[in-house]
Amino acid sequence: MTTLDLTGVSRWYGNVVAINDITMSLGPGVTGLLGPNGAGKTTLLHMMAGFLAPSRGEVTLDKEPTWRHPEIYRHLGLVSEREAAHGFLTGWEFVYASAKLHGLADPKGAAKRALELVEMTESQNRRLSTYSKGMRQRTRVAAALVHDPGVLLLDEPFNGMDPRQRLHMMELLHDLGDEGRTVLFSSHILEEVEQVSGTVQVIVAGRLAASGDFRTIRRLMTHRPHVFAIVSSDDRRLAVALMASDSVAGVSLGGEGLVVHAGDYGTFTRELPRIALAQGIRVRRLTPSDESLESVFSYLVAA
Amino acid sequence: MNATIAWITARGLFGRSRFLLLFPLPLILIGMAWLGSSLGHPEEFAFPVLGGIGIATLLPVTALIVGTAVLGSEIDDGTVVHILTKPIPRWKIVLSKLVVAFGVTTITVAVPMLIAGIVTDGWRLGLGLAAASAVGALAYSALFIALSVLTRRPVLVGLLYVMIWEGLLSNAVSGTRVLSIQQYVISLAHKWADTSLINGTVSITVAFIMSAVFTALGFCFATDRLRSFSVAGETS
Repeated sequence: MTTLDLTGVSRWYGNVVAINDITMSLGPGVTGLLGPNGAGKTTLLHMMAGFLAPSRGEVTLDKEPTWRHPEIYRHLGLVSEREAAHGFLTGWEFVYASAKLHGLADPKGAAKRALELVEMTESQNRRLSTYSKGMRQRTRVAAALVHDPGVLLLDEPFNGMDPRQRLHMMELLHDLGDEGRTVLFSSHILEEVEQVSGTVQVIVAGRLAASGDFRTIRRLMTHRPHVFAIVSSDDRRLAVALMASDSVAGVSLGGEGLVVHAGDYGTFTRELPRIALAQGIRVRRLTPSDESLESVFSYLVAA
Repeated sequence: MNATIAWITARGLFGRSRFLLLFPLPLILIGMAWLGSSLGHPEEFAFPVLGGIGIATLLPVTALIVGTAVLGSEIDDGTVVHILTKPIPRWKIVLSKLVVAFGVTTITVAVPMLIAGIVTDGWRLGLGLAAASAVGALAYSALFIALSVLTRRPVLVGLLYVMIWEGLLSNAVSGTRVLSIQQYVISLAHKWADTSLINGTVSITVAFIMSAVFTALGFCFATDRLRSFSVAGETS
């Protein structure tokens, strides 16, 4: 069993704090590292992978610090976001070279297994430069997995993949987690994280904003004010009626119907049909308008 | 030394179009040497051609192109991460890069130097020049590999060293010659070829020790910096 521990980790560049006092422990299974662009996900991943020194705190892999310690790579695989690969090598050469660099006893067998795992055996004799982005990404995953590491770190692995490749990668990560590996992947897209893993670490502006089971965090978020856009047959009269309800904190009339700030999600959605029916108003459209990740994050930061 | 790293490095080196830049200079050197000897004044042509074109231009330019390509271009495009995420001692990575850079530079420089030397004054001069170039190739390679890890602009800094320090200062201020690889090569060639066509200004002992110092320091600096190699977050 391999665990990656971060203890009071901070990283700053001059006056800019990129990572602010993060403590977390990653164990077997798939964990999603979620955060808006620029939150510090990549910085954190680089520190985990030993490619950046923490300004304060410590990152350890099974008690060994990752910084200036190449031996950790026996147990760690990294798929960086930067789509860098030696384009002049074929897929096979690339993965086989990785196996040899790891000094594996059977580099050929290991490379073969890794390529089969990501289903890249068919085009393994083509050069990397001729691959699509998704194919290259899968080959890079194969190279990172060739030595059967306990920990696999992936920075934005779904970037630039088509839906089918995305699905395949998600299944692959799932399987790797089920095998007992510690898999951490970063993403700024909520849905991706939701589909792959139950456990998330949410980073906002360099801080750990939330941590744990995704569904639990979601449920906790229902206390924030909800914003709905409504289009009805008589917006003004509906606005007056809604203001009378306890569940509504504010209503504004715009060109495109109503914008309602509701205190509680459940109460409001139950009351709206009742009010509309009583007033004889037809509600044509009801859309929650703050379901974007940004608003979820801003709520997390404010909390 | 790691054969896989050396193999990938060599493939990367020969795969880049930058590599084609290596070919015109040796031809110019041999052409000029041949022209000089056919005009019948070897003593007049020897130093400007063998020293000026060969030692002062062909050698450092080749070493610069190769030395910054073996590690610098991998750092530039990020592929170095693939090698660094392996449990390989960093000195082995640097050594593999150094061996490739030294080998390629030596072959590209020593062979035309040998021919140019033979054309000018016979085998003795050719062999002396080739051997001295090999020593210079090692020191230059170590220096330029170290620069690749120490700075983001190794080619620029390397060019400044070759052009300003060795080219201008060393000719004007004699004290700077002690830190000029070019001067070591000239002294070694002078000694080994046993000729008056090329005259060194630093002693043979200084040339030897300082070449070793450049190589060792470059190697150690590169290893240490590679150990602390940081990848800057693109979004931070």
